[in-house]
Formats: sequence, C-alpha cells, structure tokens
Amino acid sequence: MTDAPKKPIIQIQNVTKRFGRVAAVDNVSLDILAGEFFVLLGPSGCGKTTLLRMIAGFELPTEGTILIDGQDMAGIPPNKRPVNMVFQSYAVFPHMSVADNVAYGLKIAGVKGGEVRDRVAEALDLVKLGGFEDRMPDQMSGGQRQRVALARSLIMRPKVLLLDEPLSALDAKLRAQMQFELAELQDQVGITFVTVTHDQDEALSMASRIAVINKGEVSQLAGPSDLYEYPANRFVADFVGSVNIFEGKLTLDEPDRAAVDCPGLGKVYLNHGVTGPHGADVWVALRPEKIYLHVPGEGKAVRAAAQDAPDGHNFARGCIKGMSYLGDITLYDILLESGARLRVSRPNLSRHDQEDFTWDDKVSMHWRADSPVVLLG
Amino acid sequence: MAEQDWKANKRVFAAVSLPTLLWTLLFFVIPMAIVWFYSFGENKGLTEIEFSGTLENYKRATEYLYLSIFGKSFAVAALVTLICLIIGFPVAMAITFASEKWRPWLLLGVMLPFWTNLLIRTYALMMLLGSQGFANKGLETLWGGASWFKTLVGLQPLPTWEPVQLLFNNFAVVFGLVYVHLPFMVLPLYAALDRLDRSLIEASLDLGAGHFRTIMRIVVPLAAPGIVAGVMITLIPALGAYLTPDLMGGTDSQMIANVIERQFKKANDWPFGAALSFILIYAMFILIALQAMRKKVPEVR
Repeated sequence: MTDAPKKPIIQIQNVTKRFGRVAAVDNVSLDILAGEFFVLLGPSGCGKTTLLRMIAGFELPTEGTILIDGQDMAGIPPNKRPVNMVFQSYAVFPHMSVADNVAYGLKIAGVKGGEVRDRVAEALDLVKLGGFEDRMPDQMSGGQRQRVALARSLIMRPKVLLLDEPLSALDAKLRAQMQFELAELQDQVGITFVTVTHDQDEALSMASRIAVINKGEVSQLAGPSDLYEYPANRFVADFVGSVNIFEGKLTLDEPDRAAVDCPGLGKVYLNHGVTGPHGADVWVALRPEKIYLHVPGEGKAVRAAAQDAPDGHNFARGCIKGMSYLGDITLYDILLESGARLRVSRPNLSRHDQEDFTWDDKVSMHWRADSPVVLLG
Repeated sequence: MAEQDWKANKRVFAAVSLPTLLWTLLFFVIPMAIVWFYSFGENKGLTEIEFSGTLENYKRATEYLYLSIFGKSFAVAALVTLICLIIGFPVAMAITFASEKWRPWLLLGVMLPFWTNLLIRTYALMMLLGSQGFANKGLETLWGGASWFKTLVGLQPLPTWEPVQLLFNNFAVVFGLVYVHLPFMVLPLYAALDRLDRSLIEASLDLGAGHFRTIMRIVVPLAAPGIVAGVMITLIPALGAYLTPDLMGGTDSQMIANVIERQFKKANDWPFGAALSFILIYAMFILIALQAMRKKVPEVR
C-alpha cells in the first residue's frame, strides 16, 4: 500500500448538505488518496453516510464540490460515476442467481457473454465464493450475500469502492474475520476503499486513514494509531477507544515538558511540550490500559512514577468499586480519593491473575509520563 | 402465545368462529347451492321450477351467441385490466416515491372514489362523456377556436361541429370500467412497491443501469406478486361487471352479467341464468387456481 501513488482520487471541497434547516454535512473538505483504505468514522446521525451517498451520487451537495479523479461530479447521476457501492443491507437482487447478480453491471455495460462469464468467475474467486454461481440469494447466509455484493461491485473495476457499514449486520466472529479479509482484498485489488462505520474497532483495524466525523464536521483526520494515541480533541479521545478525561489547569509549559494540575486526578506530568498558554483550562485524557495498578499500599507506585516524573506526579490512590472480567482483560472502576472515578484495564497475563484485585481493595496507580494526552477542546 | 391459546381451547375457538361460519353458511353457501340446483332445473310455469337434473341449460350456454358474449366479456375485462396496469403502475410508483408528506393524500385520492356510490360515479362519468357533456363541449370550443383561426388567416372555416359519440358504445364501457377498477390495480401495486427495498433500486443505478432498465429488470420482477394480485383483483370484478355496460354501453356492448340479469328478470328463465352464472364462477375459479399455481417469486426482504 505504501508504494501506491499518493494523489487524491476523491476531493471533497467545502461540501455542505442541508436537509431542511439541519446541516447533515457541514462544510467538509477532505482528500481521499488513490489506493488507500479510507474510513469515515462517527456516531449514528453524524452525517458520514450522507457524505458517502453524495460521493455515490444518491444525494446532491447543497453547497461545495466533489471531484472524482479530477472530474467535477456535479450533474453526473449515480449510474455514470466511476464508483460503486456496497450497501448496508447488501441489496443483492433477490430474484437473480449469484452469477446474474455479479454479472448485472457488466451486462448493462454491454460486455459480451464469454468475457462476462470469465470475469464473474474471477470476481467470485476473489471473494471466495467460487462454485456458488447458481445459488439464489435466499439460500445464502448474510456473510455470503455480502460477498456477492462485494463481487458485484468489484467486477465493475471502479476507481473507488464505497462501503456503507459493511460489517454491521454480521455476528462478532464473522465481523472480525471480514475486517481482515476486506483489508486484504483492498490490498489485492488496489482499488481505493471508502468505508463508513460507527465501530471504532472496525475503523482502527482496517483503515489506512480515518476521518472522525461529528455533527457533520471532520473532527480529526489521521491514521489509526495517531488517532488513538494523539486524539486532537475530547470527542475523538472519547469516541475512539475508552478514555478517562479530567479537567485541569496547565501549570508548567516548556518545550520538553509540561504539567497539569487536575483536581480529579492529581498532578499530571508529561515528558513533552504541549501547545497552550500557561494557566489555560485544559483536559487530560488517559487511556485505561496505560495505568498500572499496585496492591496494596503505595510505595511501589510512587517509586515507579518517580522514575520519569517529579515526586508527587502521575500517581493516584483509590478503592476498587467495580470490576468486569472480560476474559482477556479485566476492567476496574476505581473511586479516587478526590471522589472522581477512574477506569483501569489490566491484561490477564496469567490464568489466576484476576484474583489479585477485588472489590473494595485499596489500590494505588501510576502511569508513565508519555501516556497522558493534553487536550485543549 | 395468545394465538396458540385460543387454538388449543376448542370452546373458545368455536365461540369465535361459529358466528362467521353460520353467517357464511346461511347467506352464502345455501343461496349459492340453491342457484346451483336451479342450473340443473327446468321452468314449469311462471314461478315454478322443477329440479330435473337436466344439462339442457349448460348445453344452451354453449350456443354461439352466449359463447361469443363470454368471449367478449373476457376480452373487455382483459383490455380493462391491461389499461389499468399501464396507467396504475406509474401511479403506484409515483405514490411510493412521493414524499412522506404527500403520500397519504395521494393514496386518499386513489381511494376517494371507493367511498362514492358506483351508480353516482357512473352517472357523473356519463355527464362528462355525453353529447352535451364537458368532453364534447371542450372539444367544440377548441373546434370553434380552430375554425375562427382559419378564417382569420383567410382560409375556409371548418365544417359545423358534430358531437363525438363518446357514450353508449364499447369505448364507453372500457373507459367506464377502467375508471371504476383503477384503484383495485393501484393499491396492490403500491403495497408491493412500498415493500421494495430502496437500496435495490440504488444498487441497480449504482451498477450503471438507467431508470428505465432499473424499472424493467429490478422493480417489475420484484413487484410481480403485486402485479399478479392487481391483475386478479381487477380482472375478476371486471369480468362480472354489470352496471357499467348496462348504463354506458350500446346495444352491442352487453357483457355476460347483463345477459344473466335478463334471464332472471325479463326472460324469467332462472335455470338458464343460474347455469350462466355458474359458468362465470367456474371461469373465475380457474383464474384463481392458475394464480395459485404460478411460480413462486421470492419475497422481497
């Protein structure tokens, strides 16, 4: 993927879509690069699907321009656009066999019989449905119907494949498998994929870049790990993964270090600079898996924290008020001495590990100086 | 399950279904049986009918005169159904794709005629189509205008306007029957189209098909159950239509129901009328059986 030419295949320029008075998409500008796996991530009703449907041509922008491969799409109907879409409901034609479904677009385009047969077989092999040609859609599972929808779009060799919540109707196991397969498929065919999803796991696992959409606007545009580790604002920090957010005041702001005084969490020290005026109101985001739990007492925690932070920083005390055992990890809900709550997750490294902590245990915590993220908005 | 409860409890089941059963028995099955017996009887005097088991009435029904009227009734009903389908399909599509705000009003517009007496509707239509009706008056005005325009540019005026005969002929019967039966066609079509997953249409457009091809390849096949239902529900009453051909038809436009009516009234030949009625009923049974046997189209999910 890295060697793909990085030129924009879709350019969305100042696009606004209003339904009545409500702006579903509000002045969005972004470039989607050729060959990338682009994900539009956001909660339901954030406008991500509207944006996708505008690329496909099913909705028209109220304002702004959409260019596909440099060509302005204004006035070009869906059937004339060089993109294809996989619908959330798959929209496999129920009255046609798998082969007829997959061949539909080619036949419309006037491709001859022999070539149609070859390309149908090729497309079905690509989605691992070889031999299913004569099946009817009602004889297939949801996952198989989705592969038919994929093959039906891919056979058109579109410049961009649009996928609307492609995995939402699958069960958890199949979803995890399809995440890998979709990413692999995209790598194989080299077509730009643009996917809409509300599922952050899906987005993180498949995307080369993610645009987080909130209330019709792009909240942040970044790669998966940047999005997770360097969220630009509270919305992104909260929506992508789970996070503890505390309000605080910036007390130290130097190029190579910073400190925030949070009434809820205590003194937070960072071993890198942040952008923000001294004394500013900021938020500190701390991921549950980046917090170390110690039991009992506090000496070990203080010593561990002091390794990369000044005394009295990056350290907290509390009491376990809730636990949820998830198999691979255990989540702890901790009541801090300040009265605030802190979520901590801990991998169950050994089979008996979860017995170390239990309800109402007094615990202490520390985190490393590069773990907290300071957010201005 | 509530449904299983009342099925399991025989007494509840009986109490619920008995009134309906009795009603059907008393007012449908028994009268139909009497008519059925009449069809094998003979007239003996003015009011007396003897059940002789004769097949004479059915034999008479196969005479050319009656067969041709049966044939014509089928042809008219089929033509009416076809016209209803051609007009009704776009109407049903328009209602389906109208905005939420407009849809109930459009449906109301389709259903409104149902709430008006058929006789009144027919007379209203006759007023429209009569030689002094709005249609002819409108045409006359246009004719006069054209004539005036011709004299204006120095040409001979058109000959005097002769009203077009729009009533009391086969055209009037077909027109009237289409008018009466259109809602029967539109409503099942709308029901079928409304169930159609919109993303199927979008998928077809997305794959490069234009609107016409999408309608022919996706919408029509998937609406097939609705089309068949609409055809049956239009064809069957049109086949037995009585009032419209009676009031709007000419001497050569009578349909089978008019002939049957005459047997029971003017001709006072109840056995023959009964035989004709049952031939019509059998024909409808065959149509319904054919529909039931048709290849099952997969339900739209």
